[in-house]
Amino acid sequence: MAAILLDPLAAIGRGTLGACRAIGDVALFAIEAVSHLVRPPFYGRLFWRAFVEVAWFSLPVVALTAVFTGMVLALQSYTGFARFNAQSAIASVVVISLVRELGPVLAALMVAGRIGASFAAEIGTMRVTDQIDALTTLSTNPMKYLVAPRLLAATIALPLLVLVADILGVMGGWLIGTLKLGFVSAAYLKSTFDFLETGDVISGLVKAAVFGFIIALMGTWCGYRSKGGAQGVGGATTKAVVASSILILALDYVLTEIFFAQ
Amino acid sequence: MSNGSDDRRAQAEPSTGGLSRSAMTNTPKIRMRGVRKAFGPKRVLDGVDLDVAAGQGMVILGGSGSGKSVTIKCILGLIEPEEGVIEIDGVDVLTLPRREREALGDRIGMLFQNGALFDSLPVWENVCFKLLAQNRITRAGARDRAVEVLAQVGLAETVGDLSPAELSGGMQKRVALARAIAARPDIIFFDEPTTGLDPIMGAVIDGLIVDCVTRLGATAVSITHDMASARRIGETAAMIHKGRIVWTGPAGNLGHSGNAMVDQFANGQREGPIQMELRR
Repeated sequence: MAAILLDPLAAIGRGTLGACRAIGDVALFAIEAVSHLVRPPFYGRLFWRAFVEVAWFSLPVVALTAVFTGMVLALQSYTGFARFNAQSAIASVVVISLVRELGPVLAALMVAGRIGASFAAEIGTMRVTDQIDALTTLSTNPMKYLVAPRLLAATIALPLLVLVADILGVMGGWLIGTLKLGFVSAAYLKSTFDFLETGDVISGLVKAAVFGFIIALMGTWCGYRSKGGAQGVGGATTKAVVASSILILALDYVLTEIFFAQ
Repeated sequence: MSNGSDDRRAQAEPSTGGLSRSAMTNTPKIRMRGVRKAFGPKRVLDGVDLDVAAGQGMVILGGSGSGKSVTIKCILGLIEPEEGVIEIDGVDVLTLPRREREALGDRIGMLFQNGALFDSLPVWENVCFKLLAQNRITRAGARDRAVEVLAQVGLAETVGDLSPAELSGGMQKRVALARAIAARPDIIFFDEPTTGLDPIMGAVIDGLIVDCVTRLGATAVSITHDMASARRIGETAAMIHKGRIVWTGPAGNLGHSGNAMVDQFANGQREGPIQMELRR
């Protein structure tokens, strides 16, 4: 009887300890990786390769997401705001929502699915095929070679992607506003820019940089710590995407509190 | 490091099919004393004592899970043992500062069981990875060096531009061997160099290992299950069982060593002092 009662408690305890251990390990991993960003040697070619992978090859999926989000936002706002005769606020709602929230969050979620999984799978495969041990025997620090360039690349690339997503999202809203909802183009654009402030854009870009760092951190950490064979790499990939997606949403709230709480 | 006298010595010595060299000194090249390592409740190394003389070809034998790979990973610094002493040229590597230990790694080469080639890089960059990573060579120079080393392992210049995924298992082993020797190390580790190869290709790889190690005048430590390979590449052999070295002797004596465990293992006998653990 006692065992039945204690088993769930033991499971909770084990889970809590495991979570604490993982958080501590991620923190130490991040500190070590960042420390390699300021200590030579630097691997410029690897940084550039990771940057192109994150920024250039994620552009289509982020662009499509942004355009359709802007279009849907304009349509949904119109249906809601029309009840209060507040259609004129649509342009400002679209731009503020996109620049502050939806641009960074949706772009980050899309990149987490693409890049977080890719980093975890590539590094995880290297782990289970001894390639990471091989790096060490070839006098190369794996953290410096594999992790640091990816962290830097994603942290720089995400804000650039979000900037493009913001522009395309506003364009999507403008397309629906002018072609379907009957807004005058110049009036829609004037309304967009009148309500947009520099702080809105900057807060979105800072969020994007943090999200980029988190995506690369979770992708590389899950891959680096993967064990076993194909199943281990698959598990690491799933964990990387799930963990980074949850962290993106949680940190979005924290950053919004920091930037906009009264 | 290779030098002219090493090369001359190697050329002067007759080929005996083993890593026959005479560069012996009193200080072992590698010395292990009381090395212990456990993973959770499982003790893998339980006080390993091992000496490898300079210029010697040592083969470590043992069943699956006996601690062979963990032993060489401890020497390489890939795994930290809990207790014990590991010396290279009389220097305790476990107490060395990180930077000095990394510098020591510059003198060591390693051939992994599955090659562990970097599939994101072409073959020539794999071969000269260490030289490029340490800026010891330009990219143009690295390419030339890769062609030279690939020729030493019997591969054509054109192989340098291929991806590792385009190579057969035997060719991957050759490239991995080329990578292990490209920086002219003075200690080379071989982790099951013939596993997964047909007997002829296994003999070819063994021959290349002997040639390359002899040319460099290096100390070689190999782990293998393959008795034919062990006799070809080893001068001395050590048997590890349950995390301890239970026998050391000439590789030529494998199979008639007088040690029941070694003879059972070398002759592949089912009955004997070694009982396979079918379930843990």
